[in-house]
Amino acid sequence: MDGDGDKSMTIFDKPRDVKGTALLSFTHKVGPDDQWLYLPALKRVKRIASDNKSGPFMGSEFAYEDISSQEVEKYTYKFLRNDTFNDMEVFVFERYPVDKKSGYTRQIVWMDKQHYKERKIEFYDRKNALLKTLLFTDYNQYLDQYWRAHDMYMENHQTGKSTKLLQSNYQYRTGLSDRDFDKNSLKRIR
Amino acid sequence: MRFCSCLAILLLSTLTAQAGEWSGYVSGEFLGFVEDGAFPSQHRSYVSMAAEPEYIHEWNNGDDLFTFTPYALIDQHDSNRTHFDIRELSWIHAADDWELTAGVSKVYWGVMEAAHLVDVINQTDLVVNIDGEDKLGQPMVNLALIRDWGVVDLFVLPGFRERTFPSKDGRPRFAIPVDDGVLYESGAEHLHTDLAARWSHSIGAFDIGVAHFWGTSREPRFLVKPGEINPVAMSVNKVTPLYEIINQTSIDLQAIYGSWLLKLEALTRSGQGDRINSAAAGFEYTFVGVNESALDVGIIAEYLYDDRGDTIKPSKVLSGNAFTLSPFQKDLVLGARLTLNDAQSSELLASVIIDLDGGGESYNVEASRRLGDSWKLSVEARGVSGVPDNTTQASFSDDTRVRTELAWYF
Repeated sequence: MDGDGDKSMTIFDKPRDVKGTALLSFTHKVGPDDQWLYLPALKRVKRIASDNKSGPFMGSEFAYEDISSQEVEKYTYKFLRNDTFNDMEVFVFERYPVDKKSGYTRQIVWMDKQHYKERKIEFYDRKNALLKTLLFTDYNQYLDQYWRAHDMYMENHQTGKSTKLLQSNYQYRTGLSDRDFDKNSLKRIR
Repeated sequence: MRFCSCLAILLLSTLTAQAGEWSGYVSGEFLGFVEDGAFPSQHRSYVSMAAEPEYIHEWNNGDDLFTFTPYALIDQHDSNRTHFDIRELSWIHAADDWELTAGVSKVYWGVMEAAHLVDVINQTDLVVNIDGEDKLGQPMVNLALIRDWGVVDLFVLPGFRERTFPSKDGRPRFAIPVDDGVLYESGAEHLHTDLAARWSHSIGAFDIGVAHFWGTSREPRFLVKPGEINPVAMSVNKVTPLYEIINQTSIDLQAIYGSWLLKLEALTRSGQGDRINSAAAGFEYTFVGVNESALDVGIIAEYLYDDRGDTIKPSKVLSGNAFTLSPFQKDLVLGARLTLNDAQSSELLASVIIDLDGGGESYNVEASRRLGDSWKLSVEARGVSGVPDNTTQASFSDDTRVRTELAWYF
């Protein structure tokens, strides 16, 4: 969107009972996101509250706010130190969610100096206790500019559970337009 | 002739070359009742099986979509519940600012949880589940015009589907069985072509839809034919559905504010005797992450209004007048939705519908959970209490029941 956040569509293929279920999100830099969920059995498009930022995404250790588009305006920042991480020169900084509905008081981010890629994030819960650690690996570059981690590993220190989020087959400039991210395409997409 | 068969072979090979994919489910259901039925033809338990495979074929980069979804249900006792339907047999073509759907399809309108007032395109497949959420496939041509100021959907609906009702052996069912034969107002009967139009739009926090429907009412009135009255017992053997031509204008509106969802559906309908006005309004509020856990608890409250009565006046029924009934007259729905947000997608919805005119309450608990990757278990309990004899719900007084369904998805 012009000057605003991203439009995204998430389509579920498996588990089979939710096949065809799709989530349409309009992220905004300021204010709540817009979200619609398509339920294929009823063919019903449901507007849903985007307040559940802190809730787990599909029972995983990732919260909705961890996987939605990261906008600069969603945090305030504090530089901590220069450091090395896995033999890489990194900046370490702290960021504080602007949204009061966030499940975190703060996050500590390790970002490499070479390409400004996130390497590690620590998440602190509402009581300011360490909740989760996210590690980014298997970075690939697209269109000579966009770096994307294909492997995101989230470990929850309070429950001992973890989730590995693998992303593949990134495609750019596929000719998608705004029209591919509306309520009509939500009902049609597979 | 030779040309035709060549073309057919060519078509077939094209189809197989870009074969689509099958998915769907097969399910088994056990419906058990706490008490014996009110009517001797009813049973204590009903076993049924259902299947709904879906074939989808996409081409033209997803701008063309062919869908075929047959549905079959086999019930142990209820011959009306045993049925086959084509839920979907449609082709969708999507262009930049329009979309065309042709064939048999399903369309959902509305925002409420308990009552589905404005959802008028498809006929309710009532025998599958009394909640009215199962629909029969509807033949249609639907042109959607997608503009900056909203979406205009135009519908031509050639042909009408009768509502399904339980047979004499079915349970739950109304006290008086519904005749398999039906009556129409239009001389074209089930071939009457209906028309509908809807404008819908999302404006900031609001989602709005305004629609008009002209055609055969999906909801019938009922008529007692003179031959079906037993003059000695002053009782009625069966009632006959009467499908009339109606004009219905409706609005559905939803606003979102933080964790609040505010909802409204309202309609006005002419063509079935006196004008009918009906509305539902309410909210859903979600407590996210209760006690720092993954649990979400949603509180639902909906008020339902219908200016038709829900009481049965025997004098009116026996005089040969068509009558109509609404289960919701002045009713309040209170519910709680628990979402565990676990990998098994465990959910529970509990609700009670309270008749504010002293017509009793009806209870409803639904829970579901995925087992492994491809199984899903659903359990549903329903019952009524304190229902006066002269209301529509009275027929279900003895029908406290638990339905357990296990479905395998492929």
